[in-house]
Amino acid sequence: MRRMLLAFSALLVASGFAVTASAELLNGAGATFPAPLYSKWSYEYAKQTKLKLNYQSIGSGGGIKQVMAGTVDFGASDAPLGAKELKEADLVQFPMAIGGVVPVVNVKGIAAGQMKLTGEVLADIYLGKIANWNDKKIADLNPGLALPNDKITVVHRSDGSGTTWIFTNYLSKVSPEWQKKAGFGTAVNWPAGVGGKGNEGVATYVKRIKNTIGYVEYAYAVQNKLNHAKLNNKSGAFVDPSMESFMSAAESADWKGTPGFGVILTNQAGKGAWPIAGATFILVPESPKECAKAKDVLKFFDWAYNNGAAMAKALDYVPIPKNVSDLMEQSWSKDIKCNSQPVWGK
Amino acid sequence: MSENLNEKNGGPGIPASEANGYVSLSARRQSSGKLGDAVFKGVSYAFALSVIVLMALLFIVLVKESWLSIKAFGFSFIYTSVWDPVAQEFGALPSIYGTLVSSIIAIVIAVPISLGIAIFLTEMAPKRLKGPIGTAIELLASIPSIIYGMWGLFVFAPFLSEYVEPFLIDYLGFIPLFTGAPLGIGMLPAGFILAIMIIPFISSVSRDIFQMVPSILKESGYGVGATKWEVIRKIVLPYARSGVIGAVILGLGRALGETMAVTFLIGNAQEIKLSLLEPATSISATLANEFTEAVEDLYLSSLVELGLILFIITFIVLALAKLLISRFSYKGGQL
Amino acid sequence: MGLHYQRRKLANYIALGVSVGSAVFGIVFLFWILKDVFTFGFAAINLDFFTQVPAPPGEAGGGMANAILGTLTITVLATAFGVPAGILAGTYLSEYGRKSKTAFVVRFVSDILVSAPSIVIGVFVYAIMVKPFGGFSALAGAVALAIIMLPVVVRTAEEMLKLVPDATREAALALGAPHWKVTVSVVYRGALRGIVTGIMLAVARVSGETAPLLFTSFNNSFWNFNLTEPTATLTVTIFNYAMGPYEDWHQMAWGAALLITAMVLLVTIISRIIVRGRAG
Repeated sequence: MRRMLLAFSALLVASGFAVTASAELLNGAGATFPAPLYSKWSYEYAKQTKLKLNYQSIGSGGGIKQVMAGTVDFGASDAPLGAKELKEADLVQFPMAIGGVVPVVNVKGIAAGQMKLTGEVLADIYLGKIANWNDKKIADLNPGLALPNDKITVVHRSDGSGTTWIFTNYLSKVSPEWQKKAGFGTAVNWPAGVGGKGNEGVATYVKRIKNTIGYVEYAYAVQNKLNHAKLNNKSGAFVDPSMESFMSAAESADWKGTPGFGVILTNQAGKGAWPIAGATFILVPESPKECAKAKDVLKFFDWAYNNGAAMAKALDYVPIPKNVSDLMEQSWSKDIKCNSQPVWGK
Repeated sequence: MSENLNEKNGGPGIPASEANGYVSLSARRQSSGKLGDAVFKGVSYAFALSVIVLMALLFIVLVKESWLSIKAFGFSFIYTSVWDPVAQEFGALPSIYGTLVSSIIAIVIAVPISLGIAIFLTEMAPKRLKGPIGTAIELLASIPSIIYGMWGLFVFAPFLSEYVEPFLIDYLGFIPLFTGAPLGIGMLPAGFILAIMIIPFISSVSRDIFQMVPSILKESGYGVGATKWEVIRKIVLPYARSGVIGAVILGLGRALGETMAVTFLIGNAQEIKLSLLEPATSISATLANEFTEAVEDLYLSSLVELGLILFIITFIVLALAKLLISRFSYKGGQL
Repeated sequence: MGLHYQRRKLANYIALGVSVGSAVFGIVFLFWILKDVFTFGFAAINLDFFTQVPAPPGEAGGGMANAILGTLTITVLATAFGVPAGILAGTYLSEYGRKSKTAFVVRFVSDILVSAPSIVIGVFVYAIMVKPFGGFSALAGAVALAIIMLPVVVRTAEEMLKLVPDATREAALALGAPHWKVTVSVVYRGALRGIVTGIMLAVARVSGETAPLLFTSFNNSFWNFNLTEPTATLTVTIFNYAMGPYEDWHQMAWGAALLITAMVLLVTIISRIIVRGRAG
C-alpha cells in the first residue's frame, strides 16, 4: 500500500515538472467551415516556427462563446458579428478566407451538378413542404432527370454553426416563409430533418443515408466527393459552386464601409455569383490578458495572409485579397491593445 | 510487518527489547496510538464525507448555473417542445421524451434477453461453460460506450437500414411507430444499442440474485415433478422478483444517462415524432452536441438545466433500484 | 396425463430454448463488435500511429501519439486524485463507520454516483474549473474522471476491507497495535489483492470515458506537456474522427478504438484471473 502511495506522489511530482516544461501553444476554436484550412496552415506553421496553433472545430457558436469566456486565445466564426455585438463583447473581427455553402444530394443515379434547384425550392425542401424527390416543383426544374418516388431526408446541423448562418441567411432572403418560420442564425429551430454535428457530421450523414439533401462548406463537398446541386442566383443564372463563382460573389463586398468588417455575401447580384457565399472570420479580444500570446496569434494570421494563399486555393478556399488583408492589419494596430499599448505594429 | 507495527510506537527512551514485548505497553505508546487513531479516523471520515459533499455540490452548482433558465421558463421548460436558439426559447420536452423513450426501448429489448441469459447461466449451462460465457457477457459491459457509438454508426446503422428497417416498414408500417424512411439512425437504433449495453448489467445482477434462491426451494419443486421451466417460473422468479426489478431499474438508470452511443445513433433532431424510425434527441445527446456551442447565457443555462433534469431523473431511478436490490443485500456499486 | 405432460415438456423446451438463444444473442454481439474493432483497427495501426501527431485532412500519414499520451496522463492523474480519497473513504465505511448513519448515507450516495450520467459530471467540472480558470485543461479532465472513479473505489475498497475477518483485526489489536496501524498494516495487506483489482477495473472504465472529457480536457492536435492546456485523448479523438467525413480519419478512429478496447478488455480479463486465483 505504502509503495503505491509513494508511486502516486512520484507521479504527482512528475506532473508538476510537466507544468513548467510547457511548449508554446495557442488555442483556438470555432467554425468547422475553415477547419481544414486552419489545420493545414498550423501544420505548416509549426514546421517553420516552434509555435503550435491548436485549432478545434466545434462550430461558430462555440467559437464565439469560448473566446468570450476566455477559454481560448481566439475564436473563429462564419457568422459575422455586428459592430454592436463586437463592442459589447470587446472583440475584434477579421476575415481569413471566403468560401461557399453547397447543397449536396445523395440520390441514386444523379451525379454532381446534374440537379438544378432554386432558392425557393431549397427553402421548401428544408421547410418540409416538398417531401418527395419526384415532387412537381423539383421535376419542373429538372425535366431530364429520373427522380425517384422516395421521401427526401433533410440533413442539417445539430450544433451552432456559421455554415448554418450563411445557409439560413440565404434561405431567409429568398423565401419569406422561411424568414417567418425559421429565420437565420448559427442554430435555428429546424422544421424538418436529421442533425449532424459539424460540416463533417452532415457530410457523413449525406454520404451514408440514401435520398438525403444536406448543405456543407464547398471544401467538404469536394473532399468527400459529394454530389452538389446547381443553384440559380439573383440574376437568374444556374451556377456551379467554384472558386470563380465565390470570387464573383465577393467582388461587390464593401469591406471598408462595413463596421466591424461583418460583410455578408449571400444572394449577390453578380452574373456568375454563387448565391450562398460567405467569409469566415477570426475573433480576438480587444484587450487580451496575455500580450505575448495575443501577438503570437496575430503573427500567425499575418503569416497566413502573406503565405497561405496557395494552400487556401489548394483546399478550395478563396484567399483574402492583399488590399483587404492590409486593411485588417491596420485595424489590428488600431484596435487591439494590451495594457493600452498596441499589440500589433510593424 | 512486525517491524512496521513498532516503528513509530517504540519512541525514544524505550529499549528495543521492551518495545517488542507487548506486555509492557507504555503510556506514551498508547497516547501516540490514540493520536494516530484520531488523525487516521478523522482523515478517513473527512474523505467519506467528501462523497456526500460532492453530491451536494453537484446539485448546488447545477441549480446555480441553470438558475437563469429556471427563472425564465419555470415549469414550462419541462413540457414545452420548442428548442429555438435564435428566438432564445427553450423547451426540454423533445430531449426528455427522447431520453425516456430510448431507455424504455432498451429495457423492453434487454429485460427478456437478460433474464434468459441469467437463467441460462444459473440453471442450465454446464459447469465448464458457466465461467467463460458469464465472462463474455460481462466483457460487453466493459467495452467503452464510444466504441458502441462508433460501431453503431459504421456497422450497425447500415445493417439496420439495409435489412431490418425496410422489413419493419413493409410489414409493420401500418403501426405509426414504424413509418418513415429506413435511415438506420433514430430512436429505435439508439434504443437497440442501449439494450446491448445494459444487457450485461441486468443479466449479471439477476444471475447473482438467482443464485441466492435457496436450493432447497428449487429441489422441492423438482421433487414434486416440476419441469425446469416450472421451477424457474413458479419458484425462482417469484422469489427473486424485487431483486430482479431492482436490476432492471439499475439498467434503466444506466440507459438514461448514456451519452456517446446515443449521440452517434439517435439523429439529433429536436422533435417529437411518433415513429421510432425517425431521428430524435436525448438530454445527453443535446448536451454533447450543443454545450460547447451555446453563445448566449440563457442558452447555456438551459443546457445546464437539461443536465440537472437528467441528474434528478437518474437519482430517483437509481435510489429506487438501490432500495429494491438492497433487500437482497446485493453488493451494489460493482458489477 | 400424456397430453398435459407433453405440453409442459414443450413449454419447458421453448423456455429453455429462448434462454439459450438469449445467451447466444449476447455473445454474438460481443464477437461482432470485437471482430469489427479488431479487423478495422489492425488495418490502421502502424508505427506512425504510435509516434506521430495527427496530420491535417488531406495530408497522408499522421498518428495518435499525442492522444495516447493524453489518455495516459489524464487517467494517471485521475487515479492519483480518486484512488487515495476513495480508499480512505472506504476505510471509514469498513473500519469506523460500519453501521452508523453517516456510513449509510455515504454508501447510498456512492451507489448513486457510480451510475450518475458522466456527461453531467462534465458539465459540473466545466462550471467549477474550466469557466473560472479560463481554459480547458488536462487537469479539468482528470478531475472529472476522478469524480467518476471515486464512488467506485469507495465501494470496492469497503467491500474488500470487509472481507478481512474481524478475528484478524482483533488479533492484531490484542498485540497492542493502535487501530490505525492495524488498518494500514494488517487489514490493507489482507485486502490488497481485491483493492488493486477493483482499482484496475475502475481505471479501465474511466480510460474509456468520453462524455466527461468533451468540455474539460477538450482536444489538441499537437503534443501537449502542459497540464493546464487542452489535451487530446483517444476517446475524444475517436468522437471527432468518427463523426468526420474523411476515410483516413475513420481509419484512425478504428485504430484508436482497437487500442482502447484491447486495453480495457485486457485489464478486465487480468483482474478476473486475479480474483479467480484468490477464490481457488
